[in-house]
Amino acid sequence: MSRAVGVRALALREGAARALLAAAAAVSIVAVALVCLFLLVNSVPALAHIGLAEFLLGSEWRPANGLYGIFPMIVGTVYVTAGALAVGVPAGLLCAVFLSCFASRRAARLIMPGVELLAGIPSVVYGFFGLVVIVPLVRTHLGGQGLSVLAAAVLLGIMILPTVITVARTALDAVPSRYYEGALALGADHERSVFAVVVPAAASGLLTAVVLGLGRAMGETMAVIMVAGNQPVVPESLLGGVRTLTANIALEMGYAADLHREALVATGAVLFVLILLVTALIGALRKGRAA
Amino acid sequence: MGSRSRSAASHSSVAPLRRRASSLLLRGLAYAGAAVTVLTLGSLVVFVLVNGVPHLTPSLFSGEYTAQNVSLVPALAGSLLMAGAALLLAVPVGVGAAVYLVEYARRGSRFVAFVRVTAETLQGIPSIIYGLFGMLLFVSALGWGLSLASGACTLALMVLPVIMRTAEEALLAVPDAYRQGGFGLGAGRLRTVARCVLPSAAPGILAGVVLALGRCLGEVAALLFTAGTVAQIPDFGGSGALGLLDSCRTLAVHLYVLVGEGLHLDEAYATAVVLLALVAGLNALASAAAKKMRKGSAL
Repeated sequence: MSRAVGVRALALREGAARALLAAAAAVSIVAVALVCLFLLVNSVPALAHIGLAEFLLGSEWRPANGLYGIFPMIVGTVYVTAGALAVGVPAGLLCAVFLSCFASRRAARLIMPGVELLAGIPSVVYGFFGLVVIVPLVRTHLGGQGLSVLAAAVLLGIMILPTVITVARTALDAVPSRYYEGALALGADHERSVFAVVVPAAASGLLTAVVLGLGRAMGETMAVIMVAGNQPVVPESLLGGVRTLTANIALEMGYAADLHREALVATGAVLFVLILLVTALIGALRKGRAA
Repeated sequence: MGSRSRSAASHSSVAPLRRRASSLLLRGLAYAGAAVTVLTLGSLVVFVLVNGVPHLTPSLFSGEYTAQNVSLVPALAGSLLMAGAALLLAVPVGVGAAVYLVEYARRGSRFVAFVRVTAETLQGIPSIIYGLFGMLLFVSALGWGLSLASGACTLALMVLPVIMRTAEEALLAVPDAYRQGGFGLGAGRLRTVARCVLPSAAPGILAGVVLALGRCLGEVAALLFTAGTVAQIPDFGGSGALGLLDSCRTLAVHLYVLVGEGLHLDEAYATAVVLLALVAGLNALASAAAKKMRKGSAL
């Protein structure tokens, strides 16, 4: 009798646990839905008022005069992100090649904790470093204010290094060693085997590393604010100031109200859509590799 | 990895000179990439240490924040409270979700695929979007204002995918024999998971939690408009649980505000040193946990 009750209690407990755990798993679905919902609901009125084309393509951002065009910020995000990739990707991929194919075990064991530390350093610390080191360097050697596209690109290039290195290294390590050995057997030397056989074999993984770096550069806020100058105009040169989408939100959200505030949320929505595209690209790359 | 690092075959003296030169160039490139990374990291750390360590004065650690003495103690306390509260929310949910995905769900079910996709989406969302969302939901819609609670909830969402993913990997690394052992002794699924699987996955889960803690400590963009920047320790003594609705700043926000004001650069350097030390300590902890995990699963 009591045994039957025990079994039933047990089944009840198992069922409750399963339901609870499923609910925990569902949290991320709910979270994404809520983020989409809140960004959408809070930006649609502004978009309807300003006009989508005017908002995306307008080149004047002057909230005090009722002008809300984020085109300069979209261009700014593209410039800064592209610059960051130009700086960070070659260094990061080559470092990954070094770690995977050239470094002695001891050297790799020394460098990897450094890369992990680089990944953990908060972005304000990077921003601070950029402000007191990179910005003055640009100002004294190249002219201009120093707060510029170039400074932001270099700083973000450094910041995406750990992402690029760790992902690219994993991809390189995953290339079967028989590829490398086959190249050696055909008479290629070590360098040629690595660069002509191992690296191309890891291409899709390396591409994933680049796209992850792109996502990180595009979404970075605080470090960019501290070194980019933040003028809401399309920069005329590498040394000109620039404002990204992320910076636009963080700079003005503190005091914005009404339409201005909604326009900033809409800026966030545009950024969110861009990031979703990047995430989808990463997913597609991963699926392509699995197939 | 070991099989590919520099074998004797690369030294063939009969190779044509031109080819040797291009090989040397390629090797040089790889070394240069590594050198750039190491030098960047080195200069950053050295620069912050050289400029910051001399300013780690006792007055910086006095309890009260004033205009003359920008003590970092309230911010340090704020960091710990904020990160602690965020993890308190995110760890149970994240680990629970991972347990469901690995131990309970049918493989290939649509629900699981959907959870995976949304978790990856969450992982890619920039922190400023989380800040925006937290402001709209917790600060405005729920009326919590700029507060510890709003900030912690926002951070919890932000680190949830990190915890989920690392916990999932840790659970997947547990050998099936453990589960079979549990079932074989007559335990139910819940007991098997709780007594056999989770303990052996614990170091891996811990490594993920430490990673998440690091992200909480370094975050600014998600907190500016959810937790605010008031340099005070939330008043739990006076107002009890209502202290959760007090605004407070974390160390990273503190550093950002100091740099923005531009009046206390020395203290900013010192704050950066404290942040760096925290991150380095956490990294060491995480890799120790990960090493323990590897050893454990090798048994």
